[in-house]
Amino acid sequence: MATVAWPPADKRTLIGKRIDRLDGPAKATGAAKYTYDINRPGLLFCKLLTSPYAHAEIGGIDTSAAAGMPRVKAVWKDEELNEVQYVGQIVAAVAAETEEAANEAVRRIKVEWKPLPHQVVDSDPKFFDDAKNRPGKRDVGNVEEALAKADVVSQGEYGIAVITHCCLEPHGQVAEMRDGDLYLWASTQAVSGVANGLGEKLDGFPQNKIHVDCQYMGGGFGSKFNYDKWGVISAALSKQTGQPVKLMLERDTELMIAGNRPSAFAKIKVGAQKDGTVTAFDAEVWGTSGMGGGIPDQVPYVFGKIPNQRRVARRIQTHRGGARAWRAPNHPQLAVLTMSALADTAAALKMDELEFFLKNVALTDRPEVYFEELKIAAEMIGYNQKKHLRGDQTPGPIKRGLGMSIHTWGGRGHDSECDVTISPDGSVEAKLGSQDLGTGNRTVIGIVVAETLGLPLEAVKVQIGKNEYPNSGGSGGSTTVGGVSVSSRQAATAALNALFDIVAPKLGVAADALEASNGQIRQIDKPDNKISWKSACAMLGVNSLTKRGASKPGEAQQQKLMDAGVGGAQIADVSVDIETGIVTMNEMVAVQDCGLIIDLKTAESQVYGGLIMGITYALFEEAVYDPTTGRMLNADMEFYRLAGIKDVGQLKVHMMTTKAYEDRGVIGLGEPPVISPGAAIANAVANAVGVRVPNLPLTPDRVIAALQKGGALA
Amino acid sequence: MTDKRDSSNTSGLSRRGFLKGIGVGTVASGLMSPAGLKNAVAKDANVVGPEEIPVTLKINGKSRTLNVEPRVTLLDALRNRLDLTGAKKVCDRGTCGACTVIVDGHPVYSCSMLAVEAEGREITTVEGLGTPVQMNEVQKAFVHHDAQQCGFCTPGFVVASTAFVRKHPNATLEQVRQGLGGNLCRCGTYAGMMLAVVDAAKAKGGV
Repeated sequence: MATVAWPPADKRTLIGKRIDRLDGPAKATGAAKYTYDINRPGLLFCKLLTSPYAHAEIGGIDTSAAAGMPRVKAVWKDEELNEVQYVGQIVAAVAAETEEAANEAVRRIKVEWKPLPHQVVDSDPKFFDDAKNRPGKRDVGNVEEALAKADVVSQGEYGIAVITHCCLEPHGQVAEMRDGDLYLWASTQAVSGVANGLGEKLDGFPQNKIHVDCQYMGGGFGSKFNYDKWGVISAALSKQTGQPVKLMLERDTELMIAGNRPSAFAKIKVGAQKDGTVTAFDAEVWGTSGMGGGIPDQVPYVFGKIPNQRRVARRIQTHRGGARAWRAPNHPQLAVLTMSALADTAAALKMDELEFFLKNVALTDRPEVYFEELKIAAEMIGYNQKKHLRGDQTPGPIKRGLGMSIHTWGGRGHDSECDVTISPDGSVEAKLGSQDLGTGNRTVIGIVVAETLGLPLEAVKVQIGKNEYPNSGGSGGSTTVGGVSVSSRQAATAALNALFDIVAPKLGVAADALEASNGQIRQIDKPDNKISWKSACAMLGVNSLTKRGASKPGEAQQQKLMDAGVGGAQIADVSVDIETGIVTMNEMVAVQDCGLIIDLKTAESQVYGGLIMGITYALFEEAVYDPTTGRMLNADMEFYRLAGIKDVGQLKVHMMTTKAYEDRGVIGLGEPPVISPGAAIANAVANAVGVRVPNLPLTPDRVIAALQKGGALA
Repeated sequence: MTDKRDSSNTSGLSRRGFLKGIGVGTVASGLMSPAGLKNAVAKDANVVGPEEIPVTLKINGKSRTLNVEPRVTLLDALRNRLDLTGAKKVCDRGTCGACTVIVDGHPVYSCSMLAVEAEGREITTVEGLGTPVQMNEVQKAFVHHDAQQCGFCTPGFVVASTAFVRKHPNATLEQVRQGLGGNLCRCGTYAGMMLAVVDAAKAKGGV
């Protein structure tokens, strides 16, 4: 009898090994078809008219000239819209036979604008409106008293700008209404759920007739769960024309309206004893997430057991596109605020930063984990050989420094269902309404099913990306690998046990005496009594065998199939040219735990990716808004910069894979590695140049300004 | 290709041809009305469009004839008219390299070249470099080193890397860092990419 518990290390043939992702060849050869690549017969291209104003009233929208343009098949306008609240807000749309014709027609739409006052500044406390947006407050212990008693009080201002998701495949879909069904090729993080509620927006179109397909998607990072307004528009235009409609956001629109990460700024005071123990954390936090939504305010981050805490958090409303979940929502900003303030405290104490962090991990939820991970990270980067107190005293303009941060994330698997089918010809198929964002989800499912059935990976066909498959959760919050590995393990185990029941009489033993291994079904304590996988499956006769498995997170956690809560430590090594202000990455190391790893290769890729995305937001990324016009000044990829291959330095990753970690079961990994880089790099820059550069991204102008203010430049 | 054009010319709209068409240069054109300029151009150089014209493109060794407006980019012609969707549209303004194709041996941003400009040239897209069952050395190395996540930037990187290793068969890590500076990835796959391209360069120039 096969059991669902994860096999012990010595029994694993695939789980935990470095395995190439199944869809690697399709992606590397251009054969993988993304939403943007779906070309249907009679396809129309849809282009949007968006607001050029950050705040305006709409008198009227006249689409008649656009509708009369050659090749234009249909126009759409938002009948209910009478006020826009950010630049880029969707107003109207055109569907035409070519992209060029659609673009040209959009320019013929006339809108009567009545501009209204706008406010896009998020960094200045003068835009607090406490009457309208009540500050959030939290008090623990007695901060005033603790600060008064502290041996050292460190005080600073910190912040990190709004950044965007900048998915390389923009948001969008191809919608095709045909014979009473709606086919939706959506670039989505939630195949099973993305169409939920869409039917209502289409005059009560039957929800069960919406067919979602997403085999490949070009990045989401938290911003692609909903059908969105563009989903409604493309479906409505398809209904109107009877033709398929492709609507993918233009790059500028993508950057302005398809999601961003809230900013966070803070004034923080930290009190500590002479030995480094932190006793008080006092923070005033603010930031924006557009007109609505929350801001990252849960400081102190990770060091939640600091005995005396106080915070006041204020949300600034801005006429900007709304925030969406951005990989590890709020954690990177909270890490920047908290770890910067703590590193400044170490500097004020003239104490080594690593020693200070090791001392204070006692104030976290998992002291042993952080202690071990920080030690390993320090070893990997040669901390003791390179370390110095704040301010590199080496003569010359190039200053080098180290900085660190630790982080946490939940990552418990989501609800997921999976069907595993074993066919008489020996083929195996796993089906679930999940999606592979590039994390290696397809491969993880294949590995789990193949391992369970004792087969090679290529024997399993993994079918994901359609909402007609068993319901599986959206990919957000590092929940996918936990969810799908448990549901596919459950399904494969159930299918295997059903096959055992059929095979057992032939082998003359009870079904619970059998195991599947190495392409055979055999008696556990007498391996020579066996039958090949193919012959066993032939005994099914003419019918395939399908079993459904489910991940129920609470139960699965109790069974140690999955768990929640990870730690991680990162250390950065940077050089700063104090004449130009340019920060260069020398090296960065990440130590990360995530329970039982299914595919070590794609798991490591998640961590490398987290480091690189983190380097990008630490050094380059910022949605720059002009207070006068209310517009985003860098809504393109020249001036909204992503790190290139030469910007990232040398990267090293260490995954915690000892038994104690593996015994916890599977835990998600997407979010945690992206949390610490901003904080670690900011601390490394401070360690190099001797002063805090308060705001991220750490652009040359900010570095120079901080050096001038700090007196480091004459 | 229409009979109005000299098929030996690589594009029919070369810069030299254009300058010749507008006559003696900037002094004269400065005095000319837009209509006069158009007439001057029309006398000598080829003026095409705005309506669709037939264009023959040599892509992955095959000639493909299609009708496009002259304003259509090579990228849009590949993706929208020929269903060659390996080259991706990401920034659409020559920044990110996701649309990279090889034109006459050189990597080119196909979003920044008109389809009519590409006429008569040898175009190789990612589809021309290998298939999932028969990958080139760069593609194999990308898979082996997991130099891809969502994969949307991957075809552009694969094409750029293939052109790069052909030119730098013994490329060092530093050369790879400089040589692939024209492409961008969002998921953060550069670590695997560096290893992949160095490996591919070692393996017979990546082809």
